[in-house]
Amino acid sequence: MATEIVRLEVARYSPEHDATPSFQSFDVPLRKDWVVLDALNYIKDKLDGSLAYRWSCRMGICGSCGMMVNGEPKLTCAAFLTDYAPGPIRIEPLRYFPVVRDLVIEMTDFLRKLHDVKPWIIRDAEKPLAEGEYLQTPAQLDAYKQFSMCINCMLCYAACPVYGLDPLFSGPAAIALAQRYNMDSRDQGAIERLHILSQHEGIWGCTFVGECTRVCPKHVDPAGAIQQYKLTAALEWFKSVLLPRGQQ
Amino acid sequence: MSSAPRYTEHHPRWYRERVSTYWWLWRWNYLKFVLREISSVFIAWFVLVTLLQFRALSSGAQAYAQFQEWLRSPGILLLHLIGFAFVLFHTATWFGLAPAALVVRLGGKRVPAALIVASNYAAWLAVSAVIAWLVLRGRA
Repeated sequence: MATEIVRLEVARYSPEHDATPSFQSFDVPLRKDWVVLDALNYIKDKLDGSLAYRWSCRMGICGSCGMMVNGEPKLTCAAFLTDYAPGPIRIEPLRYFPVVRDLVIEMTDFLRKLHDVKPWIIRDAEKPLAEGEYLQTPAQLDAYKQFSMCINCMLCYAACPVYGLDPLFSGPAAIALAQRYNMDSRDQGAIERLHILSQHEGIWGCTFVGECTRVCPKHVDPAGAIQQYKLTAALEWFKSVLLPRGQQ
Repeated sequence: MSSAPRYTEHHPRWYRERVSTYWWLWRWNYLKFVLREISSVFIAWFVLVTLLQFRALSSGAQAYAQFQEWLRSPGILLLHLIGFAFVLFHTATWFGLAPAALVVRLGGKRVPAALIVASNYAAWLAVSAVIAWLVLRGRA
């Protein structure tokens, strides 16, 4: 029996030769256990070795293989070909990011934004090692665990029209990760982060479209994190107005 | 906070796609968001109409009768029918989004989203019932 095939329309862009990207079609075997990333690897191995794309773990952990699959931001390692049969399946680089080549996007902007929100534990003073580790109860862990599942795959940025229209916006993942540390009982940097994120391009840039949460492969709920952050920021603002001297 | 999108200093020519003016037509969720934003205009309109109603009421019986006449005109009726649909849409979509912003913990567990949505609807019904009672109590 002849193997079933499915057509992939893959965005190609060579910065040295092309002014704009174009699509190239490839026919690949439609195997039940293949995901879009397997099909791209098949193209790279058998059909056209010049295709450029990022990938690493193949199991939804590394966050490298995010692309637009039929216009939707997806981890290509988790997008089964059979779900898109009979095709064609259109593969494009993540939306709203500059394209370096083919399916590879430039992510420095995201990495800077991530760094700007200080996604690490901030302490006023570290306690001596002799006093042991910082303990947490299961409930304290539960408060931030969901936000800590982020794998920095940037699908939420590709789903966020606010980021597309205003590239200064800090964006869903960076704010969700800031919130991850704010909610951590060991952290004392919430006010420091609030000063950074209470600017217009921070949390207030978000208009709650909610697509970031819908496309997140790790169920982080960045939209929820941002709205909860807004609530905290508003309460802090009220406190600063009502208690000008009591404010930290 | 980034003051401008910052990229690496030396780089090849990147391709940057301009966001289409019609990005909100790409998918239903985007369109729903834009409709929700537009619905705020109708919310503001109904607030204004209520204020105008108070003003007419305080200006005497004739002014109020004129105001009611204006409310009955076909154009205003149509506008208010459309406006009412938008207000319902506004309410339903905001109630649907409320659980994302409201994290309520009871007995160490997060209150389920459905319960938060339901309590919003319950509060809406209760407030509506009180207003209906205030308005209608003299008429029976």
